Amino acid sequence: MEVLKIATAGSVDDGKSTLIGRILYDTKSLTTDKLEAIEKTSKQKGYDYLDFSLATDGLVAEREQGITIDVAHIYFSTRKKSYIIADTPGHVEYTRNMVTGASTSQASIILIDARKGVIEQTNRHFFINNLLRIKDVVVTINKMDLVDYSEEVYNKIKADFSELMNKRDYQDQKITFIPVSALKGDNVVNRSENMPWYTGQSLLEHLENLDKKDIYNVGTPRFPVQFVIRPKTEDFHDFRGYAGKVYGGELSVGDNILVLPSKTRSKIKDIYFYDEKYQTASRRSSVTITLENDINVSRGDMIVLENDLPTIDNHFTANICWMDSKPLEAGSKYVLQHGVNKVLARVETINHKIHPDYSGIEKNVQGLGVNDIASVTFKFNKPLFFDQFKNHRTNGSFILIDTQTNSTVGAGFIQ
Amino acid sequence: MNKDTYHINSLENEAIYIIREVAAQFEKPVLLFSGGKDSITLVRLAVKAFYPAKIPFPLMHIDTGHNFPETIEFRDRLVKELGLKLIVRNVQDSIDQGKVKEESGRYASRNQLQTTTLLDAIEEFKFDACIGGARRDEEKARAKERIFSVRDDFGQWDEKNQRPELFDMLNGQINLGQNVRVFPISNWTELDVWSYIEQENIEIPSIYFAHKRKVFLRDGMIWSAEDEVVYRDDNEEVIEEMVRFRTVGDMSCTAAVLSEAATISKVVEEIRDSTISERGARIDDKRSEAAMEKRKQQGYF
Repeated sequence: MEVLKIATAGSVDDGKSTLIGRILYDTKSLTTDKLEAIEKTSKQKGYDYLDFSLATDGLVAEREQGITIDVAHIYFSTRKKSYIIADTPGHVEYTRNMVTGASTSQASIILIDARKGVIEQTNRHFFINNLLRIKDVVVTINKMDLVDYSEEVYNKIKADFSELMNKRDYQDQKITFIPVSALKGDNVVNRSENMPWYTGQSLLEHLENLDKKDIYNVGTPRFPVQFVIRPKTEDFHDFRGYAGKVYGGELSVGDNILVLPSKTRSKIKDIYFYDEKYQTASRRSSVTITLENDINVSRGDMIVLENDLPTIDNHFTANICWMDSKPLEAGSKYVLQHGVNKVLARVETINHKIHPDYSGIEKNVQGLGVNDIASVTFKFNKPLFFDQFKNHRTNGSFILIDTQTNSTVGAGFIQ
Repeated sequence: MNKDTYHINSLENEAIYIIREVAAQFEKPVLLFSGGKDSITLVRLAVKAFYPAKIPFPLMHIDTGHNFPETIEFRDRLVKELGLKLIVRNVQDSIDQGKVKEESGRYASRNQLQTTTLLDAIEEFKFDACIGGARRDEEKARAKERIFSVRDDFGQWDEKNQRPELFDMLNGQINLGQNVRVFPISNWTELDVWSYIEQENIEIPSIYFAHKRKVFLRDGMIWSAEDEVVYRDDNEEVIEEMVRFRTVGDMSCTAAVLSEAATISKVVEEIRDSTISERGARIDDKRSEAAMEKRKQQGYF
């Protein structure tokens, strides 16, 4: 079955958890025991309605504070698709979680409170969707029941948001507006009878009808070698297979390839998925490739088509999202993980900070704090084989790892 | 003759990618095997990940001593057929060594005691990565679990200080004394697992299918009356029903469900229409709303 990952972004009290709870409820994805737990807790809190947010706010600390503080994953399925919602917090301090949730998503939902309209937070949510180049964005205008299901309110918010759309770099992004009431269930799964002026699809209908070609970024094939398989058994005595995932495009038997960094030429001999051989390895498949020639290939090397090379260099400039409380400074060194490849990287310059609300850039920056987004130039101890993020989502992104704590401290998008 | 295309199962491809990352990034990985359907699925995925080579790490079973006999029989057969290495460590030994105290009373279970035995085994073999079959859809606290989840020297999970995981990139770098729990089927639901078992025609223990069993009712749940490790009051009447198990954990805390589903396709159909979550039949999670989160912080799977 097709799997669609969706990131959600909204400010505190925009009703994000309620929206997700409503989706689960209306698609009959909430099981009796979960529903009972929600009813019981809603009653204890003295509500006269079901608090669907309890279905998603997982951690004890969150239940105590009544806000979502980390990325939670919620699963449901229809007959057509399996859905994974990365529920990311909308709090201003939690940019890092939104970036994280959006990095694995193909679509995203931005929530706006109909009473408040487009606020500073909305700019930030949209900015991150743009930075991460999410192809399909649904702007969900919630709490329509509290503004008398007014078309005027909806149109005003739509117009305000459209101004924001002119500021983005990623113009190809598809944006859809849907007026909903998560609490009452209008236009979430079922179409609303309260808003006859809206003739579009409900939120779920929109997601159900998204086509693969609308949501996946396609590029040229890149095959980073994860693991070398050498069985050394009688049957497979000389077998030397390169295990990895195919990104961007397809690879086929007979393709002329180059192995990076050595630039050794060869041809694809066989493509295995488990014990079957295939003519073509499709995008996102985890296959094992054998080559015509017996050449030295190891983890971190990359197999590419010989007429379609990535950039091979020992430095690049990237937009990064900093995620650690210890600041990033010029001269700092990190382990840079690019796919399955790792190098030691030094910060050459912090070029400028980017305000994540479209209010411009800031030059002469000394260091980056947690949740800062900035343009940074790095130099590495050995060359990487990379693409620009705008051309290749996988081969254009990387993470930074602190050399002392080993924590993931930043994410980057190559310019 | 090569096949042209194949239907991509993105969850399967993701899991294979994760398992290969474990083999590449760690020195001493192990696959935690319980004999349940999730760990059987993991073994299948690992076989696929490294074909035609063998799985390059051992399996380990933390045996509570309260397993369904069908599970143990199945485990030993699978290991033999695939030529895998199996390590077994027993909760009974931890009890005998005085490291943990057996619970008593109606709800006594060895489920929690497993943690100590597991942590001791990790220490004994110096495992740096333990692959487990946990899924995010099982329980709310698990919904926030990472794919590579770092545990400290005491095996503890610090849920407020987790590493962000971006794109496909898995950061397996750890400090001395730390280890990582890896969950390749994080993004699978119960239905996904069952559909995969059907698609791949994977053999699973017989207790997953409907069978006649002597049972008794308590707290609206159905308990096996065929083994003495499940505590039963004298006034709790034994009846015979057609049942099957949706999870096969420790017998003392795993309830059955009424079912006529005797084949894999019937089970898939039943799960699709089910309105009770899988863990609804696990008494250990019902102890309190935050039960799972507390156990995880202490180093549970």
